[in-house]
Amino acid sequence: MQAELIDIRNHMANYPPFDEMPEELLDRVVGTIEVEYFRAGTSILEFGKANHWLYYIRSGAVEIYRRSGELYNRIGEGEIFGQFGLLMHQKVRFPAKALEDTLIYRFPEEIFRLLFENDDNFADFVEVEDNSRLRSALSRREKSNELMTSRVTRLITREPVSAPCTVRLQEAARIMTDQGVSALLLMEENKGHTDLKGIITDRDLRTRALAEALPSETPIRDIMSEDLITIRDNAFIFEAMLTMLHNNVHHLPVMDKHEVRGVIALSDIVKYESQSSLYLVSNIYHQQDVRGLQKISRDVRDSFVRMVNEDANSHMIGSAMAGIGRSFTQRLLELGEEKLGPPPVPYCFMALGSMARDEQLVVTDQDNAMILDDSFNPKEHDEYFLALAKFVSDGLAECGYTYCTGDIMATNQKWRQPLHVWKGYFTDWIENPKAEALLNSNIFFDLDGIYGKTDFAEDLKTLVAEKASNSQRFLTMLARNALNRTPPIGFFRSFVLEEDGQQRKSFNLKRRGTAPLSDLIRVHALACGSRAQNSFERLRAIGQTKLLLDDDLGNLRDALEFIAIVRIRHQAIAIEEGREPDNNVRPEDLSPFERSHLKDAFQVVSNAQKFLRFRYNAGVGRNVP
Amino acid sequence: MPRNSFASATMRGWGAMSHKAAVVSTQTPDWSERFDALAREAQHPLLKEYYAAGCIAPDTPISEVPMVAMDFETTGLNPDQHSIVSVGLVPFTLKGIQLSAARHWVVRPRLPLHQTSIEIHGITHADIAKAPDLEDILDPMFELLRGRVPVVHYRSIERGFLDVALRWRLGEGIEFPVLDTMAIEAHLHPNRRPTRWQQFWGEKPVSIRLADSRIRYGLPHYAAHNALIDAIATAELLQAQIYHHFGPEAPVRDLWL
Repeated sequence: MQAELIDIRNHMANYPPFDEMPEELLDRVVGTIEVEYFRAGTSILEFGKANHWLYYIRSGAVEIYRRSGELYNRIGEGEIFGQFGLLMHQKVRFPAKALEDTLIYRFPEEIFRLLFENDDNFADFVEVEDNSRLRSALSRREKSNELMTSRVTRLITREPVSAPCTVRLQEAARIMTDQGVSALLLMEENKGHTDLKGIITDRDLRTRALAEALPSETPIRDIMSEDLITIRDNAFIFEAMLTMLHNNVHHLPVMDKHEVRGVIALSDIVKYESQSSLYLVSNIYHQQDVRGLQKISRDVRDSFVRMVNEDANSHMIGSAMAGIGRSFTQRLLELGEEKLGPPPVPYCFMALGSMARDEQLVVTDQDNAMILDDSFNPKEHDEYFLALAKFVSDGLAECGYTYCTGDIMATNQKWRQPLHVWKGYFTDWIENPKAEALLNSNIFFDLDGIYGKTDFAEDLKTLVAEKASNSQRFLTMLARNALNRTPPIGFFRSFVLEEDGQQRKSFNLKRRGTAPLSDLIRVHALACGSRAQNSFERLRAIGQTKLLLDDDLGNLRDALEFIAIVRIRHQAIAIEEGREPDNNVRPEDLSPFERSHLKDAFQVVSNAQKFLRFRYNAGVGRNVP
Repeated sequence: MPRNSFASATMRGWGAMSHKAAVVSTQTPDWSERFDALAREAQHPLLKEYYAAGCIAPDTPISEVPMVAMDFETTGLNPDQHSIVSVGLVPFTLKGIQLSAARHWVVRPRLPLHQTSIEIHGITHADIAKAPDLEDILDPMFELLRGRVPVVHYRSIERGFLDVALRWRLGEGIEFPVLDTMAIEAHLHPNRRPTRWQQFWGEKPVSIRLADSRIRYGLPHYAAHNALIDAIATAELLQAQIYHHFGPEAPVRDLWL
């Protein structure tokens, strides 16, 4: 390469896969370049024609087509094309056309082969297509995490210890002591089968038997827990962890279909992963006042950063953070009830939005509500519930969960209502949908009962699942709202930047990335009548209905994971550098690898929005501002 | 900075040509015939060989014409007073600019180097002290020029300076056709200076400088300026001009000067 061509080399060195290429090799590449200009609208590669070049876009934009003529991708500055033809028989597989006036650097097949054989990074890059490229980027990251890759069966150290559920209290305690276990499985004979019926733990014996001074002859089935939360034996440890976090249980029977293979305890996971957020959760329940909670809330960010550094995926981190938030809320409710006395009528405390979706991060405000029993009488009871809601809300604020700016909190009387009023709210939202009203009530369609009579929340989920899928107008409105926020990617695959609070050009990964994705996933999930709240679980539910193709679902999952994990890492870096984490990312803060994959991911969001518009007929009319 | 103390393709076209230029002036010779005659007349073997290689037929479609983009950095604008300090050449066709065959030389000027040219070209006294005389690079230069139509941005520089430099060194000058990307821009924008009335309405003068012309075709900005990058930039600009205004079938006769 002539030294005077350094400008050209420097351009290529900004883009993958050339960015990681040794200098001498890149010099060699540059020395073989041919430059060609294509006017907008002209064909660059025609299907089936011989091709002996790899194409690099120096400036402009190019459209890549499938052989059917369908648009496959739009690519821009710094991106390459033509590699698939070179990998297979030197014939053009994906025709290409200049979308704008485009300047191409192309280099010959021999150089392509040389790079392919000598530079692994280059070979990896050109071998996989864009969406599968995203997928391989994700799978590379996940390899290093043991929680993600080890099965729960690894934690089972002994045969399950069980007894018939007909045994008496004292007998059960004796078996547990003899066997040295903290939980006893209770079985029931049923037509020759022995089925798992319930479980009793150390804590249950303490709180339900000893504290209540029950006679030792009490049948164990009177105090055992039924409707057990269990986990499949092929689940990963992190799934067990999420299940425990979500349900606030400390023991999980591991099942091989109907057979119990063993029991894993929270302490097993904590031992396995001593820094895990489960440890923080168990600590939350040991705090005796708001000050204690406030003190340990400082560990939440450490726990977050640790999980990021351990390469946990976004689902895991989002669930762990939601689990922690839920635990703070639950403990505050316990403390509130201790202070104010038992509730005058049953109630359910409900989490909304990201906590309900198990997609919470560290920068989060509190979104919650109360469903009261229908016997609720405002004059007699509301003073109590207002005081309780205020205690919890203030406590959460102390612990770093800022007040909701939209006043979606149980302290707001509108969101502290008996079940029949709530049913009326949801029925009205669904059956008489108004775009603007829905924009504000969107958050209620991610709901989860976290304390008290959680059945109330389940009733609402059932109502939503049944009614939403039948109201085309509701789905159309919801879809239209889901199109309000578009991914920050321009027509030519450049990032569309906005000014953030500090006058820096950036894009908001929440507002323009994860939020539009969870919005559009919610629409499909409601259309399917799914009760799932978490976006990944919603995608799974959608997958069972054939509403979306498997490929599209996979792309959505990968895009959500990638955008979320970039957002998470961005926040973790800020915390480690002592800055306040936010969602505004500047392109220069990203590695070329992240930039490239983010563009892929945003493209997926953009395509998914187009489909949403079409599927729910949401293109007509105006979006509310 | 005094405008006449340096010259490079990057700076040319900034008011340098105030007269209207047609792409083809009536005086343009039939270069094929002219080369045959020059091959007979030339004395120096290098020039004789150059002309004998011939010039492509005037009717040849531009898509079939072998070309070479040429750019000189000079110490000034006047060939009789200033010298060439560097030469960039890159052979190309409408379908491709071959960087593998691109060449760049720094040569020792006959006249002292002005401080201002140092600032523009980044070529220093130390570079030049070690540099060969233009005479020493004539063989590889003509290797690339032979059989190809030169493409330049503002022909007075490359034509004038090469002619004078060869007169000094070989005892005879040189004639050759050029495709001048600046002349093409001048032709496309005959009224580059807006009238006062147009200025009032915010119209800006059209610049036919290399970098400004490139912007009109969506061509990228090159940060560095040296004779080779400018030659490549000129070749890219010609490709763009052909595709936008003339088409690959246009005979070279319509475009050369």
